[in-house]
Amino acid sequence: MPRTEPTADSGWRPGAELETLRLRARLLARIRNYFADRDVLEVDTPMLSQAGSTDPAIESFQTRWWGPSIGVSPLYLHTSPEFPMKRLLAAGSGPIYQLCHVFRNGELGRRHNPEFLMLEWYRPGSDHHALMDEIDVLMVTVMEGVCDYVPARRLTYQQWFLNETGLDPWSDPLDAFRRFAQSELASVPEKMPGDMLDPWLDLLVTHWLEPRLDDAPLFVYDYPVSQASLARVRQQPQPVAERFELYFKGIELANGFHELANADEQQQRFEIDNVVRQQAGQASVPLDVQLVAALRDGLPDCAGVALGIDRLLMSIAGLRDIDAAMPFGMRRA
Amino acid sequence: MATYSTNEFKGGLKIMLDGDPCSIIENEFVKPGKGQAFNRVKIRNLKTGRVIERTFKSNESVEAADVMETDMQYLYNDGEFWYFMHPETFEQVGAGEAAVADAVKWLKEQDTCVVTLWNGEPISITPPNFVMLKVAETDPGVRGDTSGGGGKPATLETGAVVRVPLFIDIDEVLKIDTRTGEYVGRAKD
Repeated sequence: MPRTEPTADSGWRPGAELETLRLRARLLARIRNYFADRDVLEVDTPMLSQAGSTDPAIESFQTRWWGPSIGVSPLYLHTSPEFPMKRLLAAGSGPIYQLCHVFRNGELGRRHNPEFLMLEWYRPGSDHHALMDEIDVLMVTVMEGVCDYVPARRLTYQQWFLNETGLDPWSDPLDAFRRFAQSELASVPEKMPGDMLDPWLDLLVTHWLEPRLDDAPLFVYDYPVSQASLARVRQQPQPVAERFELYFKGIELANGFHELANADEQQQRFEIDNVVRQQAGQASVPLDVQLVAALRDGLPDCAGVALGIDRLLMSIAGLRDIDAAMPFGMRRA
Repeated sequence: MATYSTNEFKGGLKIMLDGDPCSIIENEFVKPGKGQAFNRVKIRNLKTGRVIERTFKSNESVEAADVMETDMQYLYNDGEFWYFMHPETFEQVGAGEAAVADAVKWLKEQDTCVVTLWNGEPISITPPNFVMLKVAETDPGVRGDTSGGGGKPATLETGAVVRVPLFIDIDEVLKIDTRTGEYVGRAKD
C-alpha cells in the first residue's frame, strides 16, 4: 500500500515550498531569456579546478583526485566561476553569462548556505556604472509581475558611512571607528585587530549600516582600495576600488567589479592574499596562473557581476531563511 | 578548561561570559560576501535571567560553562534554603533565595522542578508549567456565577495571589499556569 500519511520524521522533505520552487524555475527561465534576447552567450566552466580562491575571506572546499597524474593535488571546488570566465573573455568570447552552483566552506546561516546558485555575467566595453544600469534592466525585466523593482538608488561606500556614522573610511583613524562601535553597538568582539581597519568597517556594515537599510534597491559603489578584491583601482580624486554591491530588501544580493585587467597587479594581489592567509593561520592556495597568463595576453575592458539567486528569491518571496529558497539546504543535503 | 568555537554555537549551549554562566538562545552567522565573518548571538545570563546580545568574530573560542539542568523533587524550606532531591540518586541540594527567586510562589512539596546546577550548585529553579494549588483565602464563592467575567483575587497555599472566577471557594484546588501566573481551571479529581 502506498503511504498516504506523512511520516513522523519529515527531514527528507525539501526546505522550500513547491510554490517557491516554481517561482525559482520561472526566474531562471526569465534570466536565460533575457540573455538570449541580447546575444549574451551562456557558458559552463568547470566547478573543479587546480587553483582555488586566494581571497582571505573565502574558503574553498578541497577534494582529492586519484586518477592518472595531473601534477597537482588537491583540486578545489570553485567559489565563483570568475577566473575561467575571464579566460573566455580574453579568448574573445564577447559578453557571457553563467548560472552555476558555487561552494564556500564554513558559511552556514540564515543567509548563507555552503553551496548556492550564482548568476555571473560579464560585459566587455562596460565599466561598473554601465553594468549597474544593466542590472537594473535585468531586475525589472525578470521581476515583472512578480515583485516591484524600481531602478536602484546609488550611493558611494564613503557617503554611506558618512550618512550613517558621520565617519569617513578614507580619512578618519581606526580609533574613531572603534569608539563609534563601542558606543553604538550592543557588543563589540573582543579580538578585533588594532592595526587593520577593514574588520571594523565590516563590523559596522553588518551590525549598523545594513540593519538600517530600507527595502528599496540600493547600489553601494567605489569601495576602499583594501577591499578591491578583483576590481580595478581608480586613483582620482582619491584612490577607490571600482567595485559595487546591490542590496534589495536589506539583503546583499550582488557584487560586481570594473574588472582588473593588469596581469602583474593580479599576480601581486594573489600573492598578497596568500601572505595575509599565512599570517592569519589559513592555508595558502595555489593561485590561478592560467588567469594571470590570460590577462597578460589581454582581457578586454569589462565589468562583471555575481548575483545570488537564492537570496534574490528570499528577497522576492520574503523568506527569512535561505533554506526555504532552495530544494535542499546543507542541513538536508 | 573546556571551550567552544563559534562553529559549535547553537541554541541551549552553555558558555561563560563575564564570569557568569549563560545559555545561547539564538546564533546568527553574518558575513559580508568578501569580508570578516561574525556570530551575532542572543544569550541569557542564567544567574540574572537577563538577555543580552553579543558579537564574536567567527572562529573565536569561549569558555564552556559546566551547567546541568536536572529534574528534581522539591522537599522543604528550612527558612534559609529550599531543598530539592534527585529522584534516582536521592542526592539533595539546597537552593538559596537568589536561585529560587520568583519560583518560590509556585513551590509545592513533592512537585518536580527543573534545577539548573552550575559547578554542582543550584543557580535557578524552574517550576512545572502547571501546578495544582489549594485556595487559602478568597472572598466567598458566588454560586451559579460561571460567566467568568470580573473575577477576584485568591491567595493560594504557597502565598501566590492569582485572579480567579467569582465562583471559586476556599479549599478548592486550582490548576495554575506558572509561566503566566494565570488560573487555568479547577483541578480535576
